[in-house]
Amino acid sequence: MPKLAELAGLIRSKNAGPFVLTFDIMFLDKNNYRTVKDSGVLSPALFAKLYRCPVENVRFYECDNALAFKFSIPRPVFQGEPGDGDLHGGQQFSPLMDILIPA
Amino acid sequence: MQAVKFIAASGGLGGGKIDGAAFGEAMKLQPDFVASDAGTTDAGPYSLGSGRPAYPRESVMRDLALILPAARRAGIPVIIGSAGTAGLDSQVDWLLDIARDIANDNGLKVRTAVIHSEQNKDYIRGLYRANKLRALDPAPHFDEEVLDRSSHIVGMMGVEPLQQALKNGAELILAGRCSDAALYAALPIMKGIPPSLAWHAGKIVECGALCCEVSGKGSIFGSVSQNDILIRPFGKNLRCTTQSVAAHTLYENGDPFLHVEASGTMDLTRSVFEQVDDVSVRVTGSEFIPAETYTIKLEGAEQVGYQSIIIGGVRDPLIISQLDSWIDGVRKKILASVTDVFGGKIPATAFRLDFHIYGKNAVMGALEPNTDNMPHEVGIVLEVTASTQPLATKIAELSRQPLLHHPIPEWKGAITGFACLHNPAVIDRGPVYRFCLNHVALPDTPLEMFRTSFVNIG
Repeated sequence: MPKLAELAGLIRSKNAGPFVLTFDIMFLDKNNYRTVKDSGVLSPALFAKLYRCPVENVRFYECDNALAFKFSIPRPVFQGEPGDGDLHGGQQFSPLMDILIPA
Repeated sequence: MQAVKFIAASGGLGGGKIDGAAFGEAMKLQPDFVASDAGTTDAGPYSLGSGRPAYPRESVMRDLALILPAARRAGIPVIIGSAGTAGLDSQVDWLLDIARDIANDNGLKVRTAVIHSEQNKDYIRGLYRANKLRALDPAPHFDEEVLDRSSHIVGMMGVEPLQQALKNGAELILAGRCSDAALYAALPIMKGIPPSLAWHAGKIVECGALCCEVSGKGSIFGSVSQNDILIRPFGKNLRCTTQSVAAHTLYENGDPFLHVEASGTMDLTRSVFEQVDDVSVRVTGSEFIPAETYTIKLEGAEQVGYQSIIIGGVRDPLIISQLDSWIDGVRKKILASVTDVFGGKIPATAFRLDFHIYGKNAVMGALEPNTDNMPHEVGIVLEVTASTQPLATKIAELSRQPLLHHPIPEWKGAITGFACLHNPAVIDRGPVYRFCLNHVALPDTPLEMFRTSFVNIG
């Protein structure tokens, strides 16, 4: 079973403003995107489990024309507040890389 | 009706991403205006709180000097938004000073509209008391005490103040905090282009070449008509694809389809992207839902305190194997030392200690799933945040001994369990800020929160 990182062209995270973190899983190849979409593996429940956050906080989008999936959650610590360790939110994605996709 | 053509010179004025030759090529297509965003919250609350721009004067001057003389020669307006990073009044004036130097250097006379967007505390207090502030989700707690503590508050303008300046003959607009997409939507909407396409065009090009397959130096040429948007990059190896243009609307946005602006919401659910040639993309089908209530997004920063830090590492596997309890012990020793040295005069609320443990969860904090596999070495940054700089410095100084010598049961005798990176070990960071607003204001008119003045420079 391939890992998500092996199928995607880019997996990234970033601030969406100072209060929201957003995660993009993007594909170069339509077939890979379809494989992941059809597998139904990506879901708010899976994300909530991986990131140990409440599922009701997770927004999930499938963007067919961009060949991309997106998750968004409220920032656990708002950007730049004492305790925040990632000012730009760019290094939050790696738990998504190892998700196994039944091909 | 003719299409309105424009150049998005750069996604961030001062970022050094404008290629002079490529920009000159794009200018040959006779655009109707040139625009560039010059700010962001992505740099953090410091610029908004302190007033310091995130880019040096020289790099902002370099970028604006590539745009302004060429646009003046062509007789088209230049629109710059979110001047000086946060769009503070002082930062708009800082950019005006830079523009004046460019005008003088190039023998240009430029009728310049300066639009200030900073918000008076009494005005915000009035909105708060009149129930005309709405919290977005999620939002920090806000009340009049937070307002009183805030350093600066700006309102993010929509297209209307820009349109007013253009109607009054502005050749250069230096705007305070401004919606990025509004920079590109203002003139097309004025000329009768549908807001749906004008706004979406702005959304695509606001970050410059980031809407390309691989980003690089260069500018984006756009054309927006009654029926479609055309996007074409100018710069070495820049290429827009249907996917790259579609995907750019994901970037730094929580929702890829709905984008809220002051006067309404872009709905890109039904947008269609077509490849026109190797590098250009055509977009149709975007929609815009006018807002029932006009809203202005507010951004505010308040000072949290002052900070001092100590950076170091631990290599002892025995400490690393019990790191949480060791850090807990260090923390207790620091607190005891502060109580002891200051005779209990420093309340616990006057400072806070944050340990960032690199190798464990410094980067992801509470989101880190992998906390069991400890590495052979960890890095520690201790941040002391306190009400004054001298207090932060002193508490950090009191933290060095607990970090160095806090014992573990396995070793009998005095240990030195922390490797300091620096001498002095303590680094003062000065004032630190937090974002204190994620709210919108409900003004009576789109213009009432913004103040425009005209200045002739050069």
